Amino acid sequence: MSDFIQTSPARTVENAAQDHFIPAEAPWSGIVRKGQTIRIEDSYGQQAIDTLFYRAGEFSERYSNQDTMRMQGAAYVGIGTKIMSNEGNVMLIMTADSCGRHDTSAGACSCESNTVRFGHGTKYLHACRDNFVLEVSKHGMGKRDIVPNINFFMNVPIKPNGEMTIVDGISAPGDYVELVAEMDVLCVISNCPQINNPCNGFDPTPIRVLIWDGED
Amino acid sequence: MMHVRRSPEEIAANRARYEEHQKKGLEFAPKVLPGPSPLPALAIDAATIVHQETIPGGWYWSTKLLRGEAIRIDQAEGNSTVALVAWNAADTSERINLVDTAKVQWTTALGKGRVIFSDMGRVMFSMIEDSSGAHDCLMGGSTAASNADKYPGEKTRNTRDNLVLVAGKLGLDRRDIPGILNLFAPVRLAEAGGFGWQKKLSNSGDYVELRAEMDMLVGFSNCPHPLDPDPAYQPKPIVVTRYKAAVPATDDLCRTATAEAVRGFENNALMQA
Repeated sequence: MSDFIQTSPARTVENAAQDHFIPAEAPWSGIVRKGQTIRIEDSYGQQAIDTLFYRAGEFSERYSNQDTMRMQGAAYVGIGTKIMSNEGNVMLIMTADSCGRHDTSAGACSCESNTVRFGHGTKYLHACRDNFVLEVSKHGMGKRDIVPNINFFMNVPIKPNGEMTIVDGISAPGDYVELVAEMDVLCVISNCPQINNPCNGFDPTPIRVLIWDGED
Repeated sequence: MMHVRRSPEEIAANRARYEEHQKKGLEFAPKVLPGPSPLPALAIDAATIVHQETIPGGWYWSTKLLRGEAIRIDQAEGNSTVALVAWNAADTSERINLVDTAKVQWTTALGKGRVIFSDMGRVMFSMIEDSSGAHDCLMGGSTAASNADKYPGEKTRNTRDNLVLVAGKLGLDRRDIPGILNLFAPVRLAEAGGFGWQKKLSNSGDYVELRAEMDMLVGFSNCPHPLDPDPAYQPKPIVVTRYKAAVPATDDLCRTATAEAVRGFENNALMQA
């Protein structure tokens, strides 16, 4: 577990509006209001954090990985990335990133895709899809609402020939991203339980989420 | 709060297993793939044709496609991109999933011999023919806003609105629109992650044939790709031919080319038992 790293005089642990500890392998969801900043912290390092966003009050508008990649003309998520919705609206903007590599091309793990990737023996292992189904069900949504997500701190280089593989994460304990909300959003997280590939260093660990009110 | 770490032995065993899968996926699988299908396309036996549809430039279409049938998608008049989506006809919450398709096959480059997965670890399509190998599963389609930027002042149609219409007429809605596969879109990534349009990867007359591995509803949008370098909005028609495909042989390429495809088809068999 790491210490908090301050990025702005205005944002300390003490003045955070919310401070959540998310155990290894667990889901979480919460509302981030327009103008608020959410920090997602990889407290132990090398932990993929699968994340979705929905417009609060109108969940049919939600994160779109393809629109996000199209709008920035590039595949990886980093500082300045506009998190786009399926309606072409900016949901959040990434304002800080101490890691430098985040994926939105590889989606979330599921019991079903694990059978294809790693063999039928991996079917009965907890997976992000199950976290997402459980968490969005609390908000009246179901599997059809789960779209390709962002994988914060997951390292998935895509080569010019298309070759794509999940490799060791480069995040250190305490690495973080911060995003400022451009609309009220529901943030849904699966703290990835995958132990069949290096996205969590084969050892899923807890994470932390903090939310601050806007500075103005 | 306390967190108990896994043992080094367990981590090492899981890593070793992953690296074995990775080696097979990255090194062995591509060697068995045959490369692009020959041009020009051979004629389809007229007796097997169920339906043929010409989709005008800018328009959408959808069709039922039964397991064992296939569609050929032909560029009737030179290069143009076609967006494809699909749902399991028996349960539309099961749908095309390009992120899983790329991840489980260790590549974003789809071509002859590859398969296209649903979100449920099952194979929706086998790519039984493909003359181009230049498709895009990352960037998505045009929108009203992207067209307004690219073709100022012009009246255009766009893929986002087309797919809202496709879904709507199937009793679905915008919550059901999955990420799209752009066929005939030669998009490649630079090392740093930027997208580029590699026009040389496209051939005039390119075609794709996709065999249905479950009963599906399939939607199309025939609009220019957001990166299409043509500054003028002039989408060309495409022809979709739905036909009864030959029964796959036991050594069928798409069913045997990779360990992942084999396991995907095992999942299909369980659903279809």
